[in-house]
Amino acid sequence: MTADPLAALRASTRARVALGRAGDALPTSELLALRAAHAAARDAVHAPLDTDAVAADVEALGLGLDVVRVTSAAAGRAEYLKRPDLGRRLADGGSLVAGEYDVVVVLADGLSPLAVRTHGAPMLAAILERLDGWRVAPVVIATEARVALGDEVAAATGARSVVVLVGERPGMSSTDSLGIYFTFDARRGRKDSERNCLSNIRPPHGTGYEAAATTLAMLMAEARRRGLSGVALKADPALEA
Amino acid sequence: MTTRRTTLGGHTYEFDDLAALLAAATPERSGDSLAGLAAASEQERVAAQEILADLPLATFLQEQVVPYETDEVTRLIVETHDAAAFAPVSSLTVGGFRDHLLRPETDTTALAPGLTPEMVAAVSKLMRVQDLIAVGRRTPVVTAFRSTVGLPGTMATRLQPNHPTDDPVGVTASIVDGLLLGCGDAVIGINPATDSPNRTVDLLHLIEEVRSRYEIPTQSCVLAHVTTSIEIMERGAPVDLVFQSVAGTEAANSGFGVTLAMLGEAHEAALSLNRGTVGTNCMYFETGQGSALSADAHHGVDQQTLEARAYAVARAFDPLLVNTVVGFIGPEYLYDGKQIARAGLEDHFCGKLLGVPMGVDVCYTNHAEADADDTDTLLTLLGVAGCSFVICVPGGDDVMLHYQSLSFHDALYARQVLGLSPAPEFAEWMTRMDMLTADGRVRELGSDSAALKALTAGVS
Repeated sequence: MTADPLAALRASTRARVALGRAGDALPTSELLALRAAHAAARDAVHAPLDTDAVAADVEALGLGLDVVRVTSAAAGRAEYLKRPDLGRRLADGGSLVAGEYDVVVVLADGLSPLAVRTHGAPMLAAILERLDGWRVAPVVIATEARVALGDEVAAATGARSVVVLVGERPGMSSTDSLGIYFTFDARRGRKDSERNCLSNIRPPHGTGYEAAATTLAMLMAEARRRGLSGVALKADPALEA
Repeated sequence: MTTRRTTLGGHTYEFDDLAALLAAATPERSGDSLAGLAAASEQERVAAQEILADLPLATFLQEQVVPYETDEVTRLIVETHDAAAFAPVSSLTVGGFRDHLLRPETDTTALAPGLTPEMVAAVSKLMRVQDLIAVGRRTPVVTAFRSTVGLPGTMATRLQPNHPTDDPVGVTASIVDGLLLGCGDAVIGINPATDSPNRTVDLLHLIEEVRSRYEIPTQSCVLAHVTTSIEIMERGAPVDLVFQSVAGTEAANSGFGVTLAMLGEAHEAALSLNRGTVGTNCMYFETGQGSALSADAHHGVDQQTLEARAYAVARAFDPLLVNTVVGFIGPEYLYDGKQIARAGLEDHFCGKLLGVPMGVDVCYTNHAEADADDTDTLLTLLGVAGCSFVICVPGGDDVMLHYQSLSFHDALYARQVLGLSPAPEFAEWMTRMDMLTADGRVRELGSDSAALKALTAGVS
């Protein structure tokens, strides 16, 4: 039994309980704490992806893969937010070259460029370590990008499958959460139900790189064996946690 | 199809059918632009509103925006229409209907069975914010289970104690925090992290244990899929309210995995449990503009008209609670605080006029152009409009769904500045717990107070 029952309440959850009161309102310290958390989430949405830094991080991994940059058809952040359809299409005049590949990995800014900046390169390294026997296309860094942009990237590079690492919508307590979407036999018009998703990758608070990469590699192997991805692909027990 | 045209500012504007006219007449919002349905200019929007104002209200009984043959929501709307209730307004145009609703002698509550969602959506498109508030305020809808929701002069709250892993101690902490701040009179309702039947039953027992230990006159709900609720009711779980997300077209509901027949089955099952003490309303629905478009099931109809059709689905099952989750769906449907506020007031107005016990989840996501000033504004406007209930989470930060709703403090503010009370049964309970001051404020409890010690006993 704790002496202060409100302290016990606070200790038992990440939710913002027992904040105290100034009259009926929040005390100033809590008001500002909430404002700071919202500001961090807003900045995570709007600060552009530093593609030079991500490219340098990828090259520093020493994987021997080229890096290609593309943008979606959305012109700027405001249009990106209003027009998800444009974020799923490649801008005209892109620099992608087709080849013989089994998979292409896309680092997409999504709704949290911060997540890709922080977790993109190390997550990529953990994935590629586990892709024995896959012919991997040059790494694509995509801005103003939604998940389905990966389908067009796959088509343009000639890759059979696509792995999209994308910044997830920031919450007030998690601004840098990365998601992974895998689509086998990717092409324009694929539905979300035809993809497999791993979310909340943000060590040390969320899922770690090794755990996510291990699960993804299992899914990809199974997808190649059965020739499909999505809800029909039985999730590994690790995904049901 | 009837093409309708008018001339404004030297241009002639044409609208091929009723759906195109309604869409063009809708105040600006990003979702209608995304769907390619919005007016191309401000003048086209007003031209559409002028045609709409002159349209006989009865047109909506003859022309359907979503085909009768292929959509069970349209069939529900047509087949349950009450001609006698419609009679007082049957000769009016949409513009005349607005004038009629604003006259003090009009009984706005009696019209509900005679109104269709399309009529209500149409008139809302002509209205300013003050009209939406004035008519909403004088159209109360009262429902009851263990507490009574929607009485004039009250505003109830859903206490939403979500937790990312459904941890029982964490959920309980949020429930206790909300109760100490006078919230939870509409429902204690959890969005479960997973839709497993066993988890749902565990969470229901958790709320049931808190509720019965302190004899709180409220109801519990775990917002699982309706099929999960049906399954666990068969297993004898203590289900007060059956929840389901619903939308305004059969195809969009299909995207939610739900049909009218399934809702009917769940409603019958919940009624037969007979767990209410002061009423029998035992369904809870959530809706939101844009859900049909996001399911690619909008039939070329604007998102606000489709939202009103979702209330026709809801009202068929005598719900205790219905709320729009107005800022949750994202900026591609409602871009900023202005669009969210307008939509919240439209949704409340349309729900009340259709006889639905309408509440609002006053909220926003972090990629919308909105902040806590916008939720303060909408909360205040909704309080004036007589909104039945709002949703509250600790600190306004939902740590499971990652969006911002209202805090418990926000509910205290709105009740105080607007002179609103909790549901009467809940207010009596708070008085018994010595949680209210003589002038009706929620007492700030010291750590040695009896109520605080009692309510925190299960956590510390």
